[in-house]
Amino acid sequence: MTIHLFLQQLINGLGLGSLYGLIAIGYTMVYGILRLINFAHGDVMMMSTYFAFFGISVFALPWWAAALVAMALTALLGITIDQGAYRPLRRAPRISALITAIGVSFFLENVSLVVFGSRPRPFFRPEMFRPIWHFGGITVLSLTVYTILITLGLLVIVYVVVYKTRMGMAMRAVSKDMHTVPLMGIDLNRVIAFTFGFGSALAAIGGILWAMKYPQIEPLMGIIPGLKAFVAAVLGGIGNVFGAVLGGFILGITEIMLVAFWPELSGYRDAFAFLLLILVLIFRPTGIMGEDLPE
Amino acid sequence: MRKSLLLSLTGVVFAALMSLGLGNAHAGEPVKIGVYYPMTGPSAVYGQIGYKGLQLAQKERPKVLNREVKFFLTDNKSDKVESANAVSRLIQKDKVDAIIGGLTSSNTLSGAPVAEKAKVPMISPWATNPVVTQGKKWVFRACFIDPFQGYVGAKFARENLKAKNAAVLIDISQDYCVGIANFFMKNFTKMGGKIASKLHYNTGDLDFTAQLTAIKNSKPDVLYCPGYFKELALIAQQAKEVGLDVPILAGDAAQADELIKIGGKAVEGLSFTTHFDEKGVTTESGKKFVKAFRAAYPGVTPDSVSALSYDTYNILLDAIERAGSTDKEKVRAELENTKNFQGVTGVMTMKNHDMVKPAVILTVKDGKFQWLATVQP
Repeated sequence: MTIHLFLQQLINGLGLGSLYGLIAIGYTMVYGILRLINFAHGDVMMMSTYFAFFGISVFALPWWAAALVAMALTALLGITIDQGAYRPLRRAPRISALITAIGVSFFLENVSLVVFGSRPRPFFRPEMFRPIWHFGGITVLSLTVYTILITLGLLVIVYVVVYKTRMGMAMRAVSKDMHTVPLMGIDLNRVIAFTFGFGSALAAIGGILWAMKYPQIEPLMGIIPGLKAFVAAVLGGIGNVFGAVLGGFILGITEIMLVAFWPELSGYRDAFAFLLLILVLIFRPTGIMGEDLPE
Repeated sequence: MRKSLLLSLTGVVFAALMSLGLGNAHAGEPVKIGVYYPMTGPSAVYGQIGYKGLQLAQKERPKVLNREVKFFLTDNKSDKVESANAVSRLIQKDKVDAIIGGLTSSNTLSGAPVAEKAKVPMISPWATNPVVTQGKKWVFRACFIDPFQGYVGAKFARENLKAKNAAVLIDISQDYCVGIANFFMKNFTKMGGKIASKLHYNTGDLDFTAQLTAIKNSKPDVLYCPGYFKELALIAQQAKEVGLDVPILAGDAAQADELIKIGGKAVEGLSFTTHFDEKGVTTESGKKFVKAFRAAYPGVTPDSVSALSYDTYNILLDAIERAGSTDKEKVRAELENTKNFQGVTGVMTMKNHDMVKPAVILTVKDGKFQWLATVQP
């Protein structure tokens, strides 16, 4: 393999990995605060792409306005899901909430199948994300560069929100001891609603960029990105936003390099992605950047 | 005692009437044709439009042997198990004389053994997988088979595109794609071409940049990718993104409006082999069909499935007519004797229960499917 080809494949891997990482940020943040694996995250992401799609095709909004509206609506959807499905189970065993999350996931998928239909719809790619840049024979889609920048930017925003704001302090308190927090005069439900709204808005950004890269949307499109983001989050150490992005990049680059070095295995790349997860979990059960034990 | 006497008497009278030829045994009784199509589920699009083709054919030719033709439509729900159940129901409950269906290869593969066992003639309009009719006495089809599509694709790549090196990208989770790709590779090398690279993917994959970069590195003149339209649209788009700028060639699973809606500019110039296009009709009956279909269903484009369904109906009715009755063995024999049938999808002849007939090559131009060539077998 020439160095030139290797670099091109590395760029492909970074492009894919940044999307995994981007979606994994919201996934891992909700887990870090609430200790809930929100399996509906991928489907919330799917809903956001439909919101953006209808914003443009039905209400003729410019793409950035449609994206903002979609983020707001998705945040609202996240809060509604929490109020309707998870709030009644606040004091139930963790497994009940987990199974409810799977139920919410199926619910969103099937409602969308009925409402939106199963035929895929074309998604938009704004003008600024379309150019293909050439660097000495290596091609890069501008969207890929923007996605990496947006991912790193969001990482900073999440860090600032969680560690530098009062709400962030409350969120961290909830993550330490959910049942003591209300005794300290903190409105638990408001903090959790904020966490879900924030996490869902992050899912919306991930979803919209995902759909711009692979511009067809359908009701079941959230399943695979949701799973891959989950793998990325666990790889990096679930609960840790930096780990999630790192895990995303590792996963994306591994998938691409597998095909690059062993083309005859190209049909089995998902199998190897999950194999990687198993290997990491054997040697580092808490993931690459995970803490050894929760306090 | 008396009852049985009465019964046998009636029987004797009935037999006498029949032998005297006082009317056809079934006079007045309709010819029952069972149909098992996917009217709901993932393949519903095909079932819905295919049934339109059948209904149009029935409207134009409502009678055979002076008897009314009646459809018994059963929804196979795009499902293998439901397909087998649907065929049993048609045979046992509705007691049909012949069966049309199913549409997709996998549904037909599970419905066919039931008809074979019950000795009821069955003809599928659209199932292209070679195995569908293999070793079957009672199962037929009105379309060509995948080896022929692979052959036509290879011929087109060698002769029209002047390609020497071909890259092949295969969806390994679909029997259809693996089969057709193998036949392409066999024929392409036989015709003096070389396979530059062969890569795989799975249904539902979204990112093909790794495969396409590897393909680009093998410097092919053409990319043969006989996949379904969803993945194909993304493959065409990402090929442009990694700088792979060669013509893409596909099979009949590419024929869907979504290919163009999703692929946009990237699918311009993408060509594929298929059964039928309204602009590429070669027969008189084809021209008549397009006109009649447009008039009957305004706004709906007559596609391969509707045209093949229409042909299937007429092939079956011709066989019944030649047989002179709905006797299943006679109809089966006459289906085997189908020769030079002037169908809307071309002139066809039954050979080993499969049709020898022309294929059409379409290409995407200016955001529309355009007819490029008709390849005779």
